[in-house]
Amino acid sequence: MSVQIVQISKKFHHHGTDQTVLDQINVTVNKGEFISILGPSGCGKSTLLSIVAGLTKPSSGKVLMNGDEVKGPGSDRGVVFQQAALFPWLSVEENVMFPLIKKMTKEEARRRAQQFLSMVQLSQYGKHSPHELSGGMQQRVSIARALAMDPEVLLMDEPFGALDEQTRSRLHEVLEKIWMETKKTILFVTHSIQESLKLSDRILVMGTRPGRIIDEIKVDFPRPREQFRKELAEYEERIQKLLKTEIDKVVKEEENYAANR
Amino acid sequence: MQQIVKRIIFFAALLGVWEAIVKLLGIKPVVFPAPSNIFQALWKGFADLTLVYDLLASFERLIIGLAIALLLGTLLGVILAGSKTIDDTVGSLILALQSVPSIVWLPLAIIWFGLNEKAIIFIVVLGGTLVMTLNMRTGIKSVPPIYIKAARTMDYNGFSLFAKVIFPAAIPHAVTGARLAWAFAWRGLMGSELLSTGPGLGYTLKFASDFGDMALVIGIIFIIALIGIFVDLVFFSRIEKKVLKKWGLQEQ
Repeated sequence: MSVQIVQISKKFHHHGTDQTVLDQINVTVNKGEFISILGPSGCGKSTLLSIVAGLTKPSSGKVLMNGDEVKGPGSDRGVVFQQAALFPWLSVEENVMFPLIKKMTKEEARRRAQQFLSMVQLSQYGKHSPHELSGGMQQRVSIARALAMDPEVLLMDEPFGALDEQTRSRLHEVLEKIWMETKKTILFVTHSIQESLKLSDRILVMGTRPGRIIDEIKVDFPRPREQFRKELAEYEERIQKLLKTEIDKVVKEEENYAANR
Repeated sequence: MQQIVKRIIFFAALLGVWEAIVKLLGIKPVVFPAPSNIFQALWKGFADLTLVYDLLASFERLIIGLAIALLLGTLLGVILAGSKTIDDTVGSLILALQSVPSIVWLPLAIIWFGLNEKAIIFIVVLGGTLVMTLNMRTGIKSVPPIYIKAARTMDYNGFSLFAKVIFPAAIPHAVTGARLAWAFAWRGLMGSELLSTGPGLGYTLKFASDFGDMALVIGIIFIIALIGIFVDLVFFSRIEKKVLKKWGLQEQ
């Protein structure tokens, strides 16, 4: 096993009341597995990923990487955010070299950056500035940057959420190919049911208020999965039902709150 | 019509009308000189090299003062951005001082340093430092948190995080700060030179005024304005545009 999330809870102090964002989450991620964390907005899925990344401290519980407790961020966990978060003062190539230059010579870093840029089919764009690239291309650079430091796990926080439909589905293919080539463990946060069904081995469905895992769905269709549209549609319906109860609950709470004001 | 053509026509017309009015009404050059008197005075000043020495002296003070101001301002800005307590206390003091024109400190500076270079440079430094400090502070405080998060996941902390991410991300604000610092320093320099000993543009302006040479007074005002425009538009605006473009903050 690669990542273990053990009894993680997270409370935020908000206007004098404690709000439980995550309630006793337990997940074990196996090496090489592609796991999606799926849930409605506000369920705490991004917070959970941020805790695994070491950027957010949990209120209780711990995250283990190969048995060692996570104390903070580290290059064993590469993170891809919703925004590409490339540094504008560096060229595309220098951005990918950024995590490497501390560990190797400039020449080695450049060679390695080129290698990962060509993996995301952007080897031609090394000398460009990030803002000269489209949103989808920037996100590919961001993936190359995370992969270049050879992390144990790739954490992706709605990485394609801000992109248009065509770009997104193209990036799904790119990511799937990279995953099969590199055999990286991937933890992928999304609110799109189709996205999670298309990409993952296992889907953790999260409910909201408090955020918790309400179901775990194994998806073991061979890839590419376009040929299993009908079967996947059944899964989609099943997950939709699960999430609907959760969203209805939130709406009801809002209505009660509004009525009691 | 192109902007530059419009401008040339406008300024030529302005000088022409000015010359005509002064000559037609027979106004004495001591009261209000015509452009031809002004160019004559400037010609003479450059021919006998007084204005050249003045320019060199003024620029020497400016460069020394501005360099100290930029260095000090950057350092102070970083400190303010780094500590909330210092920002709440020293920060408010700097904001208050910023609303005071630096020239009013000259009497104190003269007592501390004497009526010499040091007093003038002190005023220049004061004028530039405060505005640089405030801009640097804003620049560092408005670094997008996502940059810092991303860098931390790539094993950057402490000094390397600051040097490789936070500081470069703040550079657009630093450039704006430097431009404003130059403007404040330039004003402070001219003011304090008026009240000091020469050589220097401000000093020669005062000297000309004492002898009723209004043509040279206005001539020097021209020079001050031209230098201001030149440094601002040709030097700082270009750097600012380049930086904004590189940082992707401006389309084109």
